[in-house]
Amino acid sequence: MSKAKNGVVSTLIVILALLFLSPIYIMLVNSFKTRAELYENVLALPASFSFEYYAGAIKKMNFLTVFGNSMYVTVATVIFVIVLASMTAWMLVRRDNAMSKIIFFSFVATMLIPFQTLMMPLMQVMDWIRTYLHLPVLNTHEGLIFMNIGFHAGIAVFLYHGFIKSIPIALEEAAILDGCSTFGVFWRIVFPLLKSITVTVAILDVIASWNDYLLPSLVLSDKGLRTIQLSTFYFFGEFTIVWNQAMAGLTLTIIPVVIFYSLAQKYIIKGIAAGAVK
Amino acid sequence: MSKKYGNLWYLLFTMPLFLIFLIVVVIPFLIGIYYSFINWNGIPSSPKIFVGLDNYTTLFQDQRFIDSAWNTVKFTVFALISVNLLGLIFALIVTAGFKTSNVARTLLFMPNLIGGLILGYIWRFIFTDGFKQIGATTGIDSIFFNWLLDPNYALLALVIVFTWQMAGYTMVIYIAGIQGISDEVMEAAKVDGANLWHRMTKIIFPLLMPSFTICLFLTLSGAFKIYDVNLSLTNGGPIHSTELFAMNIFNEIFGYGNYGLGQAKAIVFFVIVAIVTITQVIITKRREVQM
Repeated sequence: MSKAKNGVVSTLIVILALLFLSPIYIMLVNSFKTRAELYENVLALPASFSFEYYAGAIKKMNFLTVFGNSMYVTVATVIFVIVLASMTAWMLVRRDNAMSKIIFFSFVATMLIPFQTLMMPLMQVMDWIRTYLHLPVLNTHEGLIFMNIGFHAGIAVFLYHGFIKSIPIALEEAAILDGCSTFGVFWRIVFPLLKSITVTVAILDVIASWNDYLLPSLVLSDKGLRTIQLSTFYFFGEFTIVWNQAMAGLTLTIIPVVIFYSLAQKYIIKGIAAGAVK
Repeated sequence: MSKKYGNLWYLLFTMPLFLIFLIVVVIPFLIGIYYSFINWNGIPSSPKIFVGLDNYTTLFQDQRFIDSAWNTVKFTVFALISVNLLGLIFALIVTAGFKTSNVARTLLFMPNLIGGLILGYIWRFIFTDGFKQIGATTGIDSIFFNWLLDPNYALLALVIVFTWQMAGYTMVIYIAGIQGISDEVMEAAKVDGANLWHRMTKIIFPLLMPSFTICLFLTLSGAFKIYDVNLSLTNGGPIHSTELFAMNIFNEIFGYGNYGLGQAKAIVFFVIVAIVTITQVIITKRREVQM
């Protein structure tokens, strides 16, 4: 293939990819337009860049608070899932007895169950825990994090389990001979070796937890506790849609995702592929 | 070997997560089966009446549920084809060795990271006001009108948004599959005079079967379980015509307060998802070839 032809096709490919993202363009340009401008031509660039609608959207969505809420829930979920799932999977691999097989099987077998099959009875279970054990599992971020951990456990244990099976045991045996405790063996020797699969698990969990709407909508009822997804839903429900402000609101919700993507792009695509192929 | 890590350590390492998992997933699943046999309106003080299989016989006579099942099947078939076709085309383009491949891959994957709820709202604007306006200015109003007011076009709109969300995802998996095919095999085929079409149908596609298995599984279960995009794009409208499985169950339970009937639907939903996805994996696995 000639250099010139490669150049032309390369340019065409980028144009195709940008066309594919045209909905993002439409969202972006209309977030700056006045109502009259917006209804005149949705595809045109705005006459001037006014951040007026962004200010309005930030206020109506309570953006800073809900952003903080989403961050807290996502970060806590990811940390807990990584710590607990890696420990569990390691033990299940290293002590491969009947009990381990049963535990592992139940983690994997339940991955097929749709959330809709669990949501109503789950809310009943949480209600009992709140009523009889007096634990604040409903209408709190901690309760949501608790449930997130349960839902993400299956895939995380599955991924760690497959990875740990390929790690030779010799290092651990040497550490035990040197008098290292079980806890020490795991955190000092094993966990650092799991880095690549930990990145995969973290990325899958960040995306799942950040974008989740249905579970938070069932768990959180206080306005001040809302996550970004919930706040977006109520933003579209409470007001007759003022599209320019709505587009500004949607742009705001996408900014954190784009920042995350541009920082960790390489790991995200690798992690997604690894997570799916296993 | 198994004595190396004592029983106490074993429990300490595995039980915290397993207990959370039991409380959040396993126990709700089991009591969910029990709930599907009772009649209850969800209010704690109301009686829970055991009705046996009544909920299951009722749900098969529920025309709205049957319609939602049929719509879900239609949606899934179209989504399966368009997501995988587009994902595969993208993957073939991106792996063809052009300078801009990485940039294109990054851009094409991006919609997948945005939550379904938000994607649905962006497209709601495009399908309603955007399309109406384009139709009015260009005069092509047989294509460009408010799609969300027409039952068939509204379902098609769902397919388009789902495709936009998932095509980049399947692309990433197909890329991994294509890159796994050794260059030697491709070179040998070229030397033997195989043209592009033969290389595709005789080498690339058969060797991509494992990728097909994964992608079909992911799109199939994703399409069957779709909820967020359904909620934000059409909210089931116009008049329930795009109410898919998951939304029908949600509305039955939390909208109409028929907890028992809704849970019976949820169990049927689970059984269907399990049967369909397991069957698909068995069928495509059988067609995978070993190198």
